[in-house]
Amino acid sequence: MNKSFEPNDNNPSPHFNVSDENINLTVTGGLNFRFDQGFTILVYMFAAMTVAILFLMTWVIFKEAQPAVFKFGLKFLWSQDWDTGNQLFGALPYIYGTLVSSAIAILLTVPIGISVALVTSEDFLPLVVRNAIAFVVELIAAIPSVIIGLWGIFVFIPIIEPLEKWLGSTFKFIPLFNTQDPAGNNIFTAGIILSIMILPTMAAISRDVLMVVPKELRSASMALGGTRWETIFRVLLPAGFSGMVSAAMLALGRAFGETMAVTMVIGNSAQISLSLLDPAYTIPAVLANEFAEAEPGLHIGSLSYLGLILFVLTLAVNIGAVLLVQWVGKKNS
Amino acid sequence: MSNYINPEIDESFSEQLLDPLPTQRRLFTYAMNGLSFILSLLAFLPLGSILWEILSRGLSGFKPEMLYRPLIENGFANAILGTILMVGIGAFLSIPVGIMTGIFLAEFGKTNKITNFVRFLNSILTGVPSIVVGMFAYGVVVLITKQFSAFAGGFALSVIMLPVIVLTTEEALKLIPTHQRLASAALGGTRFQTTFRIVVTAATPGITTGVSLAIARAAGETAPLLFTALFSQNWSDGLMSPTASLPVLIFNLYNSPDPEINKLVWTTSIILLSLVLFFSLLSRLLSRKTKFQ
Repeated sequence: MNKSFEPNDNNPSPHFNVSDENINLTVTGGLNFRFDQGFTILVYMFAAMTVAILFLMTWVIFKEAQPAVFKFGLKFLWSQDWDTGNQLFGALPYIYGTLVSSAIAILLTVPIGISVALVTSEDFLPLVVRNAIAFVVELIAAIPSVIIGLWGIFVFIPIIEPLEKWLGSTFKFIPLFNTQDPAGNNIFTAGIILSIMILPTMAAISRDVLMVVPKELRSASMALGGTRWETIFRVLLPAGFSGMVSAAMLALGRAFGETMAVTMVIGNSAQISLSLLDPAYTIPAVLANEFAEAEPGLHIGSLSYLGLILFVLTLAVNIGAVLLVQWVGKKNS
Repeated sequence: MSNYINPEIDESFSEQLLDPLPTQRRLFTYAMNGLSFILSLLAFLPLGSILWEILSRGLSGFKPEMLYRPLIENGFANAILGTILMVGIGAFLSIPVGIMTGIFLAEFGKTNKITNFVRFLNSILTGVPSIVVGMFAYGVVVLITKQFSAFAGGFALSVIMLPVIVLTTEEALKLIPTHQRLASAALGGTRFQTTFRIVVTAATPGITTGVSLAIARAAGETAPLLFTALFSQNWSDGLMSPTASLPVLIFNLYNSPDPEINKLVWTTSIILLSLVLFFSLLSRLLSRKTKFQ
């Protein structure tokens, strides 16, 4: 017990002697103090666990990929063979498929996502309708990828196939469409399906970006005689440019890693063809199809190496997007 | 006043003000209005079509006995059970870690270097492809236990759920006013008491939002389960054996030539979609409530 809290015998007053400078209110013992200490340690431990998971993940995947990393080295990146029997593995067709299908998706998503963001953040429509549109578009994000794939195969491909056949026969002279009688399972279809899946990311973040552009900027532009669309093109879009770029990057990261829907509609054929109407293969798709039945050793190693490449690709895009958001936030504040 | 205004200039001014916009600018406005509405409508089509097709194709094949028979007897009850089991394991593993990390971010120094770093890593973790998470779970659980299992699947799902719970918990805790913390501390509450009796209790709806959002996301995941939980035609033999789940059932059987199985796949989609939509709507409802408080 602290001495200063004892009633002073010389003083008849029942109050504590508060003028004593030795009073110490800091608790350093007792049950509550131990609880507090334990709690702090526990919280730090759990936070450290979250941090550890990302590093552990990198290390585990690198370790799984080790046989292939040592055997093929960087040559893996531009080799085109994929022969399980002869233990020859190369990543180029998969990297090509991943990049091209994601590029198609992002090209389609950016204009649509920005229009959805504009329609839902400007006052074209009553607030209730705007909120309903934003809600419905975000609902797309909740639909499981495998269900979108199912829809893609049985509903979307029959719809898009005649168009692709027409493109293939009419624009054969353009290398991009140079495929005789394309089937519905191709990289173009995969790109469209991907764009449906990443649209909510693009639309929701762009909407948030547009909503925080100060009202004064709009009013000023309109006071100077700008029409609504002149305001949008000269004021709103430039002001929100960096935010939209990072939205597009986050969406691109999604597209890189999307697995099930792409696996179901891309045709799964490891080839590099300039034509968008030819089947292709992506890194997530080959992992989904082969990993469960792969033999330990070089095959699993090569698949893990592919996983590592995918991991690095998405990590780079996502880190870039997050840093851009932070940088913009700092600049604005 | 009127002396200052030259009638001639006044007239031309009013004429100018009443003049409609030049044709070119007007056309541009109309064209852009039309374009943006058409593009926005395009965004609606897939969702409407998906919901419509799944309902119309799935409901016709629905039979009540599907709900309690395993796949081998033409039902999907084992997959429902497997999904619930694995999402349950995922929630059990990730909820404590997620909430504690959320507390760390909101209560232990909001913007120092360590919390910024943890927050940064969590937002990176949300962007890691789910198939890569599956490879991680394969390396950590399947290779060590030498067994494809429900536990491995649940572990993979917990990694997917974790950052969602962390970031929404932090947001929910931030909404609690600092006065409440100070009041608790002034009454002699320790950090532990303040956090659990005051802050976490007040933020429960927000934390539940995060949890149901994470469940909605995990329930629909297929890729990480393909080579961690694998699949089984019959009831699962326990936590440490291959287990069926709704998304993997759809993926494994969508190409089946048997029309019966094909109907089953569409009906399974209804069940999976309603499960996922239920949890994401629940989270939206809860978050709306917290915002109005």
